[in-house]
Amino acid sequence: MMGRLQVGRAGLRTGFLARGGWALPLGLAALAVGILLPFFVQPFFVDIMTRVLVFAILAIGLNLLVGYTGLPSLGQAAFLAMGAYTLAILIKRLGVGHLPAALAAIAAAGLLGAVFGLIALRARGATFLLITLALAQSAWAIAFTWRSVTGGDDGIGGLTRPVIGFLPWSMEDARVYYFLVLIVFLVLLWAFRILVRSPFGLALQGIRDNELRMRSLGYNTWLYQYVAFIVAALFGGVAGVLRAYLTEAVTPGWAEVTPSAEALLMVIMGGPGTIVGPVIGAAIVVPAGQIANFFTNRWMIVLGAIYVVVVLFAPGGIVGWLRRGPAEKRA
Amino acid sequence: MLLFVLSAGLSITFGLMRIINMAHTSFYLLGGYVGIAVWTQTRSFWLAVVVGAVGMAVAGLVLYSGFLRRFSKEDELPQVLLTFGVLLILADVALIAWGGDVKRLPPPDFLQGGIELGPLTYPRYRFFLIVSGLVMAVLLWLFVSRTRLGSLVRAGVDDAETAQSIGINMPLLFVLVFGFGSLLAGLAGVLGAPYLGVYPGLDFETMLLAFAVIIVGGAGSIEGAFIAALVVAAVDTFTKTYLPGLGYFSVYAPMALILAFRPNGLLGRSL
Repeated sequence: MMGRLQVGRAGLRTGFLARGGWALPLGLAALAVGILLPFFVQPFFVDIMTRVLVFAILAIGLNLLVGYTGLPSLGQAAFLAMGAYTLAILIKRLGVGHLPAALAAIAAAGLLGAVFGLIALRARGATFLLITLALAQSAWAIAFTWRSVTGGDDGIGGLTRPVIGFLPWSMEDARVYYFLVLIVFLVLLWAFRILVRSPFGLALQGIRDNELRMRSLGYNTWLYQYVAFIVAALFGGVAGVLRAYLTEAVTPGWAEVTPSAEALLMVIMGGPGTIVGPVIGAAIVVPAGQIANFFTNRWMIVLGAIYVVVVLFAPGGIVGWLRRGPAEKRA
Repeated sequence: MLLFVLSAGLSITFGLMRIINMAHTSFYLLGGYVGIAVWTQTRSFWLAVVVGAVGMAVAGLVLYSGFLRRFSKEDELPQVLLTFGVLLILADVALIAWGGDVKRLPPPDFLQGGIELGPLTYPRYRFFLIVSGLVMAVLLWLFVSRTRLGSLVRAGVDDAETAQSIGINMPLLFVLVFGFGSLLAGLAGVLGAPYLGVYPGLDFETMLLAFAVIIVGGAGSIEGAFIAALVVAAVDTFTKTYLPGLGYFSVYAPMALILAFRPNGLLGRSL
């Protein structure tokens, strides 16, 4: 994954990225790495790559809010947890089949988004951020305290990945599961690209830039923001289902502040309002978290420090930084 | 009462400067730890209170002049993110430095034991907290509404640009207010240490309570913060006692209701 950033930097001098000349070859190179790399590394690393994709899905959804609609949410992990818990409860406690359970889990995350959105969209800007944080905390509190349903701090374990009858491979194989997630990821990324370039997506960006003007042009800006909030929650639900199958267990830690902060950092760091930004962010933040936890157990410090550095020095994220021509860089 | 002291500091920094200081409760947490450290060295409770509060005021000044001042006031998101990063860093640093156990600060001798109030016996230290909270509320209110500096602060809350243009040194005022807000956080941290203890995660826990107070009470309003602190603390304690399953959840219910009907808080001005 680092390779593509190096290449990106070479193109920076001439500002090629601004014209999109590098976007296609870079994307293809990244895709090639994404397809080929799992065959050369241990299953443990394949699982990390799967994790990257799962969080990338969460971050892409969040980016619709942060980058395209201008609504900074710090509670996105609640939707991931909602999807994961719904899936685990339906399968383990109620014996529902995999496919209906997964669809219900995604719908449940969307429903949670519909409820949270009603409350959070009373505010804008930093207050909006605080409210999403508070709402996510209450979701965490429910997961943590409602023992009989959620298993309390033990969470729910013993989930197994579905068996797809006509396929010759077992989902329990790290690589097979990785490719399933990769396909879902690519489909969602593609759908996201269509979404943000659609009239709906353009209206969102208009709202981000000037809500008042959009309203006076006759747009029901609240409804647009509300729908964006729910769509972001649905992305979170998908990420939750995929993550639950990846670890084959759910714990209340998934709804904590830290994963929400990680997701927001992926967006801010990669480049808010860009399609690939959150993916790059996820490809950096997830492995960094693994490394920091593996060696030092001091992930919070590292995460906090990355936040400070990104905010101070790269407000537009990596993609924004690459896109700017050399002359603007000083500013 | 404790919550009031904590959130009053937050309220004035938010109301005046539009800075949402996510690290505010880090100062609360660190204030408690610093207070305990001072107490272990000197065995003086009052010195611990002073050092904890002043220490956090200094920390707040460093944070503000070193980092936050770089951003313009319209850019609230970077400030939130930056202070959030600081919150994460300080939480982890505190965990390294003081470990994961609950630490307590023993109250001074004359505040130990109970106090007889008719048929009830009430812990003296809590009584002291209530009284000092009330005193602080009155002092803050007098300060804001009756002194020259207070009226400058109010002018800044209402309209920073106009205040600047009629010759008030807003940058200096901002620094002072931010330092003062952090001082209140540190003060609350030390005063709360004998009662609640100091432990990792306290910062996140109180952060949500404090922000609930701000949202319910309205930013920049001392009276609002006072009323809201009472409401939030009462609701929180009540549900934790009688409906323990809903403990965390209860804080957000009034917040959501208030937001639905009065987006600027009970006594807040529109932002």
